[in-house]
Amino acid sequence: MATQIKALREMPRVELFAPGHRMCAGCGVPQLVRTVLKAVPDPKVVITATGCLEVATTIFPYTSWRVPWVHNAFENAAATAAGIEAAFKALEKKRGVKRPKVVVFGGDGGTFDIGIQALSGALERGHDMIYICYDNEAYMNTGIQRSGATPRGAATTTSPAGKVIPGKPERKKDLIGIAVAHGVRYAATLNPAYPVDMYNKIAKAASIEGPTVLHYYAPCPTGWRADPSKSIEIARLAVLTRVWPLYEYEDGVYRINVLVRTPKPLEDYLKLQGRFSHLLQPEYKWMLDELKRDVEENWNRLLKLAGVA
Amino acid sequence: MTKLLTWRDLSAPVIAEAGNSVQYKTGSWRALKPEIDQSKCIKCLLCWFYCPEPAIIRHEDDRVEIDYDYCKGCGICANECPVKAIKMVEEGVG
Amino acid sequence: MAVAVQLKGGRRVGMTGDEAVAYAVKQADVDVIAAYPITPQTIIVERLADYVHDGELNASYIPVESEHSALSACVGASLAGARVFTATSSQGLALMWEIMWIASAMRTTIVMALANRALSAPINIHCSHDDAYAVRDAGWIQFFAENVQEAYDLTLMAFKVSEDKRVLFPSIVNLDGFILSHALEPLNVLEDDAVRTFLPPKVPVNPIDPERPMTYGPLALFDYYFEFKKAQAEAFKSVYPVILEVFREYEKISGRKYEPIKTYGLEDADVAVLILGSSAGTARYAARRLRSKGEKVGVVSLTLYRPFPVQELLAKLKGVKAIVVMDRSYSFGSPGAQLFMDVAAAFANESERPLMINAIYGLGGRDLLPEHVEEVLMRAKEAAKTGKVEEREVWLGVR
Repeated sequence: MATQIKALREMPRVELFAPGHRMCAGCGVPQLVRTVLKAVPDPKVVITATGCLEVATTIFPYTSWRVPWVHNAFENAAATAAGIEAAFKALEKKRGVKRPKVVVFGGDGGTFDIGIQALSGALERGHDMIYICYDNEAYMNTGIQRSGATPRGAATTTSPAGKVIPGKPERKKDLIGIAVAHGVRYAATLNPAYPVDMYNKIAKAASIEGPTVLHYYAPCPTGWRADPSKSIEIARLAVLTRVWPLYEYEDGVYRINVLVRTPKPLEDYLKLQGRFSHLLQPEYKWMLDELKRDVEENWNRLLKLAGVA
Repeated sequence: MTKLLTWRDLSAPVIAEAGNSVQYKTGSWRALKPEIDQSKCIKCLLCWFYCPEPAIIRHEDDRVEIDYDYCKGCGICANECPVKAIKMVEEGVG
Repeated sequence: MAVAVQLKGGRRVGMTGDEAVAYAVKQADVDVIAAYPITPQTIIVERLADYVHDGELNASYIPVESEHSALSACVGASLAGARVFTATSSQGLALMWEIMWIASAMRTTIVMALANRALSAPINIHCSHDDAYAVRDAGWIQFFAENVQEAYDLTLMAFKVSEDKRVLFPSIVNLDGFILSHALEPLNVLEDDAVRTFLPPKVPVNPIDPERPMTYGPLALFDYYFEFKKAQAEAFKSVYPVILEVFREYEKISGRKYEPIKTYGLEDADVAVLILGSSAGTARYAARRLRSKGEKVGVVSLTLYRPFPVQELLAKLKGVKAIVVMDRSYSFGSPGAQLFMDVAAAFANESERPLMINAIYGLGGRDLLPEHVEEVLMRAKEAAKTGKVEEREVWLGVR
C-alpha cells in the first residue's frame, strides 16, 4: 500500500524524473510527474500521449525518464496502457513475470478530446491503471489551440478574443464526471499548490486495483500568457476562487478537500493571465459573467454531491 | 553536444540510457538566476518541490542548493519562498 | 468442427478460414489478443473468445472499443514482451492505419489476420485486396493464403518469422474475405505439441522491464529521423532469408512445402497471369484448360507479398513475353493498380521484360470466372504476337 504523508519533507528524495528536459521555464507539469514517480511504488511503467510532456522529455537521444516509458501516438495512451497491462497480467499468470503498476499521462488534448474514446474503453474494461490528465487547458504543444478543457471565455489561437466572439464560447468538459460515469472507484482533482494533498491522492489511487482517474491543474505560462514565476501562485488562486475545486470521489462518496468558504474574486485569478485579459474589459462583461456562472454552478453542484450545506 | 550517430548505430526508436537528459544543460536558458540566502532559509522544501527541472538539490539535512546546470531562471522558487530567502539576480554577461 | 481423419503427425479436419486462423492462434498459445469485430473477420474473434472463456487458451483477451485501440493495445503488449494477435478487415484496417506505421517502426512482433474486404465507399463487406495494399508501404510482412490450409499454416509461420530476433517486424496473413474466411474446407492441422515445439514462448528483445528502464518511442527531429528510417529499411531487408528458413522448417514438421512464389506452366509459357489470393486456383484451372488445347500459358501466384520477392520473380518470369497482372483492387490516378506497379517496378532497369496488361477483377466480391482468365491470357497472347498492348487496363466482368 502506497504510504500517505503528513508533511512535504516526508516526500521521497529519489528523483525518477531527470532535469535537462525542454519543458518551458515555469512549466507546471514536472511537479506532477516528480510527485507521481515518488508516490507510486515500484515497479511501474509510464505511458504518455503525444503532447508537451512526451515531446519535451524525450528528444532523441535524450530522455528524462528513469522508469520504463512508452509513447505510441496521440489519442491512444489509454489503449496502449491497456495492452501493456493485459500483457503483464498474462505474463504474470503464465510465466511468473512481476507485474508493474501502469501509470498513464495524457494532456487535456489527449484525454478530453482525441483520447476520450481510448480512455472510455479502458475505464469500461476495468484495466488496473492510474490515468492522470495534466490539464493546461488547451493543445499547448501544437501552439495553444482550444480543447474541450479550455474554460469558457479563454483566448486560444482557435478561440481568439475577437471583436465578435471574445474567446471560447463553450464551457469546460467535466472529466471527473465522465470517469465516475464509467464506474471507477476513485477519481480526484490535483493542484501543485497543494503538494501534500496531491501526493496522498496519488498514493491512494496507486493502492487501488482497477482504473483510477486523476485530473491535475497544470499552469502554462507560455499558453496562458502569464509570468513564469507565478505558476504556483496562479494554481493556488485557481483553488481559492473555486475555479479548480479540490475534491475526490471514492466508492460513491464525494469529498471536498479544500472547502473554500469565502472565494477570492475571480478577477484576482484572471488578471494574472493574458488569455483572460479581454474579459476584464467592460464590453466583454457578458462573457465574464458566463464564466462566473460556470464556476458557481460547478461549485454548487459539487457541494450537493458532497452533501455539504 | 554529443557526436551524431549513424544509421548503423540505431535500431528501434528506443533510448536505452535512463535519465540521460542530464547531459543537456538547460542552465544556458536563463536570464535571471536565483540566489538562496541560507541564513534565512527555514528548510520548508517548497522550492525543492515546486522547481520544474528539478534544479534544486535537497541535501541529507534538508538544506537546499540551486543546481545552476539546469536552472532555467523561471523564478517560481523566489516567488513562492515563504520567508523571501531567494532573490532573482541578473545572470550577467560572460 | 468435425474431425474427419486422424493422421500421423496431425489431424484432418473441416474448418472455415476464420476458424482455422483462430485454431492456429490458440495452438500458438498467444499471450494477448486485442481485436474489434468486423465482417468477415468476426468468426476469428468470436472463436478466440470461446477458447479464452472456456479456459482452452490462456491469454488476455481485450475486447477493445475500436480497431485503432486494438492495434494500439497490441503495440503496448508486444513491447511488454507478449505474443500478440489481432485481426481485422477493410474499414477496421483503415482505422488502424496510423498505428500500422508505428507498429513496424517500433519493431513489434504482432501477427494480424486480415480477412480481405473492399474499402468503402460504397460500403461492401466482400472480398477485394485494397485493404492489404493500402498498408503495403508500412513495413509489415505480408503473406497471402490461397486456401484454408494455407491460412492455418501461414498464421503459425507468421509468429515464428515475426518474433525471430533477426526480424522483429509485424506480419499480416491475408485471407480472402468470405471466399476463404467463411468457406468450409478440409485441412490438416498439426498436433498441439508439434506446434509447441515449432513455436516456443516468445523470447522478447528489449521488453519493458523496470529493472532495465528504457524510453520507447521518443521524438526524433530532422537530425535523426532519416537515420532511423534507413536503419528500419536495412533491417527489413534481413526478413526474406528468415522467411525461407521458416518455410523449410515448417515443411519438415508438416510435409507441406511453401515458397514465396508458386508457378504453374512456366516451363514453357509464353504468357502468364500474376495473381494473389484464392483466385489463383481459378487461374490455374483456366490455364490448365488452355494448355490442354496447346496454349503455352502459365500462372504465377505470390504467397509472399512483402517483402516483395523481386529477384525470384524476375527469375521465374524469364522468357515470358507478356504477363497479365491481376489486381483485386484499384489505385486511382496511378500508372497501374497496386500489384501492377509492384511488378513494373521489379522490372525497372531490366533489359528484357514482358509486356504487361493490368486486369482489374473481383472488386467487392464479384466472382472471377475461368472465362475471364482465359480472355486475358488470350489478350496477352495477342500482345506477345504483335509486340504491342492494345488495352493496358481491362476490367473483367464489369457491366
